[in-house]
Amino acid sequence: MKTMLKLTAASVALCAGIGMANAETLRWARAGDSLTLDPHAQNEGPTHALAHQMYEPLLQRDMSAQIIPALATSWAPTDDPKVWEFKLREGVKFHGGEDFTADDVVFSLKRAMMPTSAMKELLNSIADVRKVDDNTVHIETKGPNPLLPNNLTNLFIMDSDWTVSNGCEAPQDIANGGDNPCVRSVNGTGAYVLESRKQDSQTILKQNENYWGKGEFPLEVTEIIYTPIQESATRVSALLSGEVDLIQDVPVQDLARVAETDGLALSTAPQNRTIFFGMNVGDADLGSDTVDGKNPLADQRVREAMNIAINRDAIKKVVMRDQSAPTGVIMPPFVNGWTEELDAYPAYDVAKAKSLMEEAGYGDGFGLTLNCPNDRYINDEAICQAAVGMLGQIGIKVNLDAKPKAQHFPLIKNKETDFYMLGWGVPTFDSEYIFNYLTHTTTDKLGSWNGTRFSNADIDSKIESLASETDIEVRNQTISDIWNTVQAETIYLPIHNQVLNWGMKDAINFPVQPEDQPHFKFMSFKK
Amino acid sequence: MLAFIIRRLGQALLVLMAVGFVSFSMFKFMGDPLENMLGQEATVADRAELEERLGLNDPIIVQYFDFFERALRGDFGVSYRVGLPVGEVILDRLPATLELAFLSGVFAISLGFVLGVYTAIKRDGFLANFIMTTSLIGVSLPTFLIGVFLIWAFSVNLGWLPSFGRGETRSVFGVDLAIFTWDGLRSMILPAVTLGLYQMTLIMRLVRSEMLEVLRTDYIRFARARGLSQRTVNFGHAMKNTLVPVITVTGLQFGSIVAFAIITESVFQWPGVGLLFINAVSFVDIPVMSAYLLLVGVIFVTINLIVDLLYFTIDPRLSVSSN
Repeated sequence: MKTMLKLTAASVALCAGIGMANAETLRWARAGDSLTLDPHAQNEGPTHALAHQMYEPLLQRDMSAQIIPALATSWAPTDDPKVWEFKLREGVKFHGGEDFTADDVVFSLKRAMMPTSAMKELLNSIADVRKVDDNTVHIETKGPNPLLPNNLTNLFIMDSDWTVSNGCEAPQDIANGGDNPCVRSVNGTGAYVLESRKQDSQTILKQNENYWGKGEFPLEVTEIIYTPIQESATRVSALLSGEVDLIQDVPVQDLARVAETDGLALSTAPQNRTIFFGMNVGDADLGSDTVDGKNPLADQRVREAMNIAINRDAIKKVVMRDQSAPTGVIMPPFVNGWTEELDAYPAYDVAKAKSLMEEAGYGDGFGLTLNCPNDRYINDEAICQAAVGMLGQIGIKVNLDAKPKAQHFPLIKNKETDFYMLGWGVPTFDSEYIFNYLTHTTTDKLGSWNGTRFSNADIDSKIESLASETDIEVRNQTISDIWNTVQAETIYLPIHNQVLNWGMKDAINFPVQPEDQPHFKFMSFKK
Repeated sequence: MLAFIIRRLGQALLVLMAVGFVSFSMFKFMGDPLENMLGQEATVADRAELEERLGLNDPIIVQYFDFFERALRGDFGVSYRVGLPVGEVILDRLPATLELAFLSGVFAISLGFVLGVYTAIKRDGFLANFIMTTSLIGVSLPTFLIGVFLIWAFSVNLGWLPSFGRGETRSVFGVDLAIFTWDGLRSMILPAVTLGLYQMTLIMRLVRSEMLEVLRTDYIRFARARGLSQRTVNFGHAMKNTLVPVITVTGLQFGSIVAFAIITESVFQWPGVGLLFINAVSFVDIPVMSAYLLLVGVIFVTINLIVDLLYFTIDPRLSVSSN
């Protein structure tokens, strides 16, 4: 008993010690770890989130997702609309002491455009990157590209000499076993310097003493200890027991628990991600339905019936525990092209849906398979289960097939599903990004995620025109036209926008960032 | 003896080849690694190009022999998920799993043995019955629940032990180990108990029933009749003869502790090979999965060999008959 008491006393002392040790140390946990330290080798949320603490792009999105200057101080198209001029910040140094110059920008962007880079698709409009002088860079696009800056917010700048001398001029080529020091070490210009890292275990960052942004950002966090904790029960426990200060990905069933705990607070905001169902509207007959020789989903009345048979409010209340924003369009509210009219979702109306089914000649309903992921979105499988019940009310007997994401997404890519769930975030914050992947006919370059087989030559040419239209008025009009067709045809069944929740010590001042990317240089503590 | 070992090694190689082949034919059902590797902006052309470069278009048998040929040279490729050489990633993680397995093995064997002997000797005692009943919990509850319950009790409510991670490590002959630091040891307690609880119960029940069996035999009665002390009878004569089946089971169980610590490691975010494997599965990281399964094969084969050799030292009859 005595030893037990001693043990308790010791651990209490230890816990207290952790609490007092250093108010500026932030212990941060989320479900996944960054995959690599090479800033151009993966195009993935947690990887970018960690990279943003150490590397910097020319311009970045702040905590409310507004574009602000980072390594560039100003940018604008020149007289030639195909050429953008970027003025670079002066006096910036890399962690290793090297000066930041135009050469580094040219080098980094070209590196990110190489075949082994995961970022190349975001830069596919770029023809050339040129140095004008030490603090000016010109980026020439193939056609005029009014959205160029939106594509640069996750494109990190590396030091050219450091990268070349480490033998990683090109991003890692996994196929050829290309292992290189840029996967394991960091030399950026960012607010934090890499101290140590163990994959899937712990990453420690220390504040950059020579950071250019001193005085401009709060920079109250001097040390970041980042731990991925995969299991959501453990992640929440770690926050409740005070072992971490901030967690992302709070599971919806634990939100109340975190909010009610003394000393903890919840920060909530809509996420840049819409959840919806796609339908095969193009094929003459479906493999996965019970109707022979016809495709019931090709009939707009059937799609409309499905659209109004889904009770989005019920999904929000029951499945999502109020943590979602139901929507009538497959676009989060931050995106250029979003309007309240598009966002308004149709009233839930089973009677009308049934009569539409009758009208279309499917009064007795039909059977259909719904493919759904079970480890990708918040409560993904439960949403699908709810939809199965709702569609059953209008006679559509849905057979649910829920699989892990690694097996689900290839079904969409390979056009092997007729009815599927998908979620979509828009990193460029512009409708064109949605159209390019989800609406355009599938070709070598575009429409890679369009599992609906929807194909409309007129819409395709309108989508392609967006890439080089410099007149913003005309461009926005085209975007609105395309949305009108997409909505009128009911190609997708929108469900909701996800809501992000971060749980944290209540002494922390930190709003949720819509892209789920915490930038710790903005974090401050309540005094 | 030497011939025996050589024969067993030959069998081992065949087992490993079979394990490799079975796992390779399973991979195509696990999903598509390209999805995770390329990100959502990838075009149809990008996919085709990467698929070709990775050789995922080749027939499975070609991929399999390619893998084996490189594996024999010690080259397991580069992880699709983290972009580091697979051999290095696994070697980096193995100490964490081994030390956890070691501690939970020590816990399971020592406690299992003591409780097993105790419940056998005091067959109808209140405490013995109580232990037997509660031990059912250990076998019937899933590991995941036990882990979450322990975290809830000892981390969240009592605040005594860490709920995740490995704590501080110390380098011993170039290998980072947590078992030699106070912080690391504290971090190991909950996962080690979670991992070892099932094995502890199993060993305890096995020891108990073996003990009861032996205590009924004639030579024990004769020993008692000779007037030997209860202590000498129980521990000197009875216990020794329960060891053979216990060692077989313990050995095999140790293999499964090492190989299948997956759930425990992911509940406690213990950075070992189990956690690596579960991540590899969800990412369809084929190089890591194939190397890991091969490693598991090697572990089982080695443990079986050691167990077979241990028989010779424990049971003198075996060495007599082999001579």
